[in-house]
Amino acid sequence: MAETINKEKAPLKEKKPLFEFGKKERKLITDPLNDDNPITVQVLGICSALAVTTLVYPSFVMTIAVIFVCAFSNLFTSLLRSYIPKAVRMIVQLVIIATLVTIVELTLKAVNYTVYKQLSVFIGLIITNCIVMGRLEAFAMANKPWRSFLDGIGNGLGYGAILLLVGIVREIFGKGTLFAGSPFGTLKFIGASPDYLINTAATSGFDSWFGWYQNNGLMVISASAMFIIAVLIWAQRAWNTKLIDVS
Amino acid sequence: MEYINIFIKSAFIENLVLSYFLGMCSYLAVSKSVKTAFGLGLAVIFVLGITVPINWLITTYILSPDGILGMDLTFLRLILFIAVIASMVQLVEMVIEKFSPGLYSALGIFLPLITVNCAILGGSLFVVTREYNFGESVAFGLGGGFGWFLAIIAIAAIREKMSYSNVPAPMRGLGMAFLLTGLMGIAFLSLLGIDPNAFN
Repeated sequence: MAETINKEKAPLKEKKPLFEFGKKERKLITDPLNDDNPITVQVLGICSALAVTTLVYPSFVMTIAVIFVCAFSNLFTSLLRSYIPKAVRMIVQLVIIATLVTIVELTLKAVNYTVYKQLSVFIGLIITNCIVMGRLEAFAMANKPWRSFLDGIGNGLGYGAILLLVGIVREIFGKGTLFAGSPFGTLKFIGASPDYLINTAATSGFDSWFGWYQNNGLMVISASAMFIIAVLIWAQRAWNTKLIDVS
Repeated sequence: MEYINIFIKSAFIENLVLSYFLGMCSYLAVSKSVKTAFGLGLAVIFVLGITVPINWLITTYILSPDGILGMDLTFLRLILFIAVIASMVQLVEMVIEKFSPGLYSALGIFLPLITVNCAILGGSLFVVTREYNFGESVAFGLGGGFGWFLAIIAIAAIREKMSYSNVPAPMRGLGMAFLLTGLMGIAFLSLLGIDPNAFN
């Protein structure tokens, strides 16, 4: 009797729990941050990285939106993967993504209208953000839902890390501030132009500390994001030499 | 005359790639040689020229409250636009395959890629926000496609020449492509004339 129970239990032990979080799963999240970064290595989803990064706060909102869309579209596509016919899979995937993006767009419109205006068409353009589509094709169509969900979160984070880095550099040098327009208040650096100060009255004794910084106009135009990403790629590949282009 | 204006404006002054940085993914991925860049550029002109007017018709006659259905359906815009783009790409693919097998084999794998090119969806959304009429949207679609075509040919030619230069190893390939695009973007800014608002 006891033997039969053991025999039945043996294969059960090999079956993994539904929401396992081991080494492999952790790798799904950490890999896209460096070795397999969506922007600097896979070259996916660059358009929005350039357009929204003049300020940190909109980049932050964009990051949240992309993580949400990426994770859930991966999850739903993975759940449906055995029912989707090969011939129409692009359209099915696009409908899933478009539905999620519409949810994000309407939510943002209701919650924070100024940021919605700042991001304008770029929220809609998450649909054609190649990260989402690329991960669906490359990962979610061939993997289980939980792993696909983690992969979506990882790639969203990798994308967001670059977005925030570029945003921080552009906002500090372009405006002398950080987090302008966020509900937590704006962080100003000494020398920032008084237009961006909130507590000008309180700092009357230190007036000469402010306003001497000339905003760097280059950082405001979108071409500067290209240069910053180029420098990031340079730094990353100098440190992580296995990413260097051999050709 | 007005249509020529919009064509030139969308092709040069407000170039989709170099001023708005749309359609970057395929622009960077497919610009390693001029020959393939030429094929993709042609395909983008086709698809932009066809989908932008169709999406204009959909917004004006179906989605807007004054349309045939008499309901405000603008929340369906993104889904409908992307469905039109995906089906148009398939249709263009079949038509080209039928009538010009030579061009079809030249474009090959790049045609389906166009579905996720944000220049196409971006162009359709710009037409909505700028409130163009039908003729203007045709001119905008063709002009935008032509500008994209010019930009990808230019970067591909520069990247071909770049392979003879001594670039630091970590910058080879992708890094240089980013730098070059940034420089080209600044060059295209000069076409704007001097706009004080751009430097505030």
